Amino acid sequence: MFEPIRLIGEAALRALARLGQATLFIVQVIAGIPPLLRRFSLVITQLYEVGVLSIAIIAVSALAVGMVLGLQMFYTLRDFGSEQILGQVVALSLVRELGPVLTGLLFAGRAGSALTAEIGLMKATEQLSSMEMMAVDPIKRVVAPRFLAGILSMPLLAAMFSAVGIIGGYLVGVGMLGVDSGAFWSLMQANVDFYDDILNGMIKSLVFGIIITWIAVFEGYDAKPTAEGVSRATMRTVVHSAFAVLAFDFILTALMFGGS
Amino acid sequence: MYTRMTEIAVGCFVAVGLAALVMLAMKVSNLGAFSDTDGYTVSARFENIGGLKVRSPVRLGGVRIGRVNAISYDQDRYEAVIEMTIGNSYDRLPVDTAANIFTSGLLGEQYIGLEPGAEEDYLASGDVIELTQSAIIIEQLIGHFLLNESQAE
Repeated sequence: MFEPIRLIGEAALRALARLGQATLFIVQVIAGIPPLLRRFSLVITQLYEVGVLSIAIIAVSALAVGMVLGLQMFYTLRDFGSEQILGQVVALSLVRELGPVLTGLLFAGRAGSALTAEIGLMKATEQLSSMEMMAVDPIKRVVAPRFLAGILSMPLLAAMFSAVGIIGGYLVGVGMLGVDSGAFWSLMQANVDFYDDILNGMIKSLVFGIIITWIAVFEGYDAKPTAEGVSRATMRTVVHSAFAVLAFDFILTALMFGGS
Repeated sequence: MYTRMTEIAVGCFVAVGLAALVMLAMKVSNLGAFSDTDGYTVSARFENIGGLKVRSPVRLGGVRIGRVNAISYDQDRYEAVIEMTIGNSYDRLPVDTAANIFTSGLLGEQYIGLEPGAEEDYLASGDVIELTQSAIIIEQLIGHFLLNESQAE
């Protein structure tokens, strides 16, 4: 009779233990960040892998999202005779929500999965333990640069996403559908606040970057050193990151924009 | 050579990301046009402020010169108190300037429209605008209109 309850308890305890492991792990990683400042080339390489190689998918998605947003909003707004506020609508939804969240989801799929697979495979092929053998701390040498690169990349990618998305909305709204260009920009500027909207969006993307990269490096480092284990860890990275991004987005939105 | 190319690519990445942020700041938000931090604060009392909100614009002759800073209610006088910040470059508003609450368009946002008076003295920080006119509430207008119609019959 108590079996189902026991199972719930067991699952909860396991999740809690894993969270504890992940927290202890991240403390070690963060402790490994200061020495990196003297060997920044390690981070540069990872910035290339994590950030530069993600630009293509971010830019293409942002353009598509911005254009679709412009198109759909235009037809609804036209019914109210207020298609001039298209710029404001596109900019606010991108800067506040879509930019950070979609960048987070894409980042988890593009960069997070790659990080997990790479670290997991390093573990499976015993590269990490051979590093330990040579008295090189794999957390400092392998994990910390990737973590730092992920955190630095996310806000930049999110800023690019919002900017490219707004350009996409501009192309469709002004170029294709004939919204007045001046009204598009001026109403946007009048209603988008730098601190309340853009800076909060950036904070969001920074938080998402920390969460996604944390999940990615932990899952990779914690993966079972088998082919199946690495594949499962990669899968978990993408799924957990997506859930975490959506959940934290709700919380952050409520905290940031709930007041007014 | 590989690391050199990598470094160049990362440099471009960071530069493009920061450029996007600057574009968001200057082109998308109001940071380039009007800075809310430097300005002086004046207040005004209204019977009814309608849909005015914090951050609503303050306009002078249609030009945005400031924004609403705080909204509160004075229980002693039963009036709403609006505090607004006006940009430092607009420091020559006469003390008998009038403040009205207007709506831009039929369904647009509400804003405070200032109309300069004729006094020699200028408003300074902490001053109160005495001449005010409340927001026009469409429901009240319709109510008055219907009442007049029915009385005429």
